[in-house]
Amino acid sequence: MDHRILGSLLLMASLAAPTAMAQRVPLAQAPGKDMVEAACSSCHSLSYIPMNSRFLSPEVWKAEVTKMRTVFGAPIDDDAANTIIGYLVSQYGAPKKP
Amino acid sequence: MRRRDIIVGAGALIGHEASAATMPWLSPDLPDGTRAEAHLVQTPGKQPLIQLSDRPPNLETPIQAFRTAITPNDQFFVRYHLAGIPDEKSLDTWNLEVGGDAAERTVKLTAQQLNDLPQTEITAVCQCSGNGRGLVQPHVPGVQWGRGGMGCATWHGPRLRDVLGRAGVKSEAVEVWVEGADLPAMPGTPEFRKSLPLSRALAAETIVATTMNGGPLPLLNGFPARLVVPGWTATYWMKHLTRITISAKPLDSFWMKKAYRVPAGLFPVAQGFATQDDASTWPITDIVVNSLIATPIHGEQVERSGFTVRGIAWDNGSGIQRVDVSLDGGKSWLSALLDRELSLYSFRTWRLESGPLPRGTAELRVRATSNSKRTQPEVWPANPAGYHNNVPQRLTVKVA
Ligand code: HEC
Repeated sequence: MDHRILGSLLLMASLAAPTAMAQRVPLAQAPGKDMVEAACSSCHSLSYIPMNSRFLSPEVWKAEVTKMRTVFGAPIDDDAANTIIGYLVSQYGAPKKP
Repeated sequence: MRRRDIIVGAGALIGHEASAATMPWLSPDLPDGTRAEAHLVQTPGKQPLIQLSDRPPNLETPIQAFRTAITPNDQFFVRYHLAGIPDEKSLDTWNLEVGGDAAERTVKLTAQQLNDLPQTEITAVCQCSGNGRGLVQPHVPGVQWGRGGMGCATWHGPRLRDVLGRAGVKSEAVEVWVEGADLPAMPGTPEFRKSLPLSRALAAETIVATTMNGGPLPLLNGFPARLVVPGWTATYWMKHLTRITISAKPLDSFWMKKAYRVPAGLFPVAQGFATQDDASTWPITDIVVNSLIATPIHGEQVERSGFTVRGIAWDNGSGIQRVDVSLDGGKSWLSALLDRELSLYSFRTWRLESGPLPRGTAELRVRATSNSKRTQPEVWPANPAGYHNNVPQRLTVKVA
């Protein structure tokens, strides 16, 4: 992710800090977690992620991230989006069918 | 108190307890992640509510609150899309602007000026379009509401048509657009803007509520004024109303054109919203017939000599004709006794005496039928956003 974007995201997050700090939603420990925390917490609490688990297919998680970017204006570049989608699918996606 | 203190307080007060421990009655049909994430939180001025998210606040009313037709203000659910919610201080200078391209003039009304208009009162259900989304199968993304994304209150204030009259409605008007004080957290997010067809805006029961159940509107329920559109889902009930635009054009807003839409013709509507229809989808409008068992609750132990089943039923304002309850998982149905109705738009309470039951587990179900002869479907009319879940509720109790 472009550092300027990440920087502005963190700034946004800190502006919203009093509420953002209110509740720390512990996300699963896995690669990509930091990026998800930075990219997905500026508009709403991270609880939107575990609340929507574990039932979304990889396609739907991808569509959700695309919606956040294109419809709601989340400043996330393609590389970051791929990392984020990978994390969401593996940690919060529908369990793979055997 | 400032909003920020409220939310910080909420987190500090209860912390992050596992929901299963504090809410054994939470529906097992909710996604596992929701069951783990949701927990009871007490914010100032409210009883403990089921918190689905703290920012923006999305707080659900526990099922026990639906034993009465009126939902108390301090247990009334809270629903916001956008995290930029106003605090009391920012509302000190509040007024309501009414104007638009199809208005004679633009006026700014203070709270006092709203109170000086003729006042009226209506008891009506305010229900989130996505109430029950968390219970549909397969699950769809969104706020995973159980059954408590709703409440019924007595709303008081001027009629919207009298408020519009202050600005003057020109003959070319087709829609009334509404905006509230809540704002996006980031600039790219579309502001929450909604509209009503002119006929609905002028209807006698559509009001600008300034009080709720005889008290001021709680901050999180839209203080100092919110729109009340009896019979229609809560997406139209704009909170913290700041601007009303009388327009000759249909509103072009993400929240009208893309969100809050259902497949055309899938659900019954009384009048609909023609200026917002497109070929394949309609805006969601009328509440669908629905019912709920409020007592006993899921997992509760009941007496074999018999117990009282109580709950509510409601629809879009045709009124409730009958409520049937099954004590044997849907094999046989008994007709419940209906209490008087507070209004056609309100929760209607009902009661059924179970009579003696064999020991073991019993599966309870409930199904309402409206005066317009609609009844709850066995299978949810699936739609992508998970709206209008009115499949009959099922719960199990232990007969001891
Ligand atoms: C620019 C603002 C913004 C950012 C950043 C953002 N979201 Fe959202 N998100 C929203 C809004 C607005 C909603 C609708 C909230 C509501 O209706 O309660 C939403 C809703 C959701 C939902 C519920 C389903 C839905 O589509 O309404 C999920 C899941 C979600 N976001 C996940 C994410 C994830 C994952 C990220 C990080 C990649 C993210 N969001 C970042 C604005 C944002």
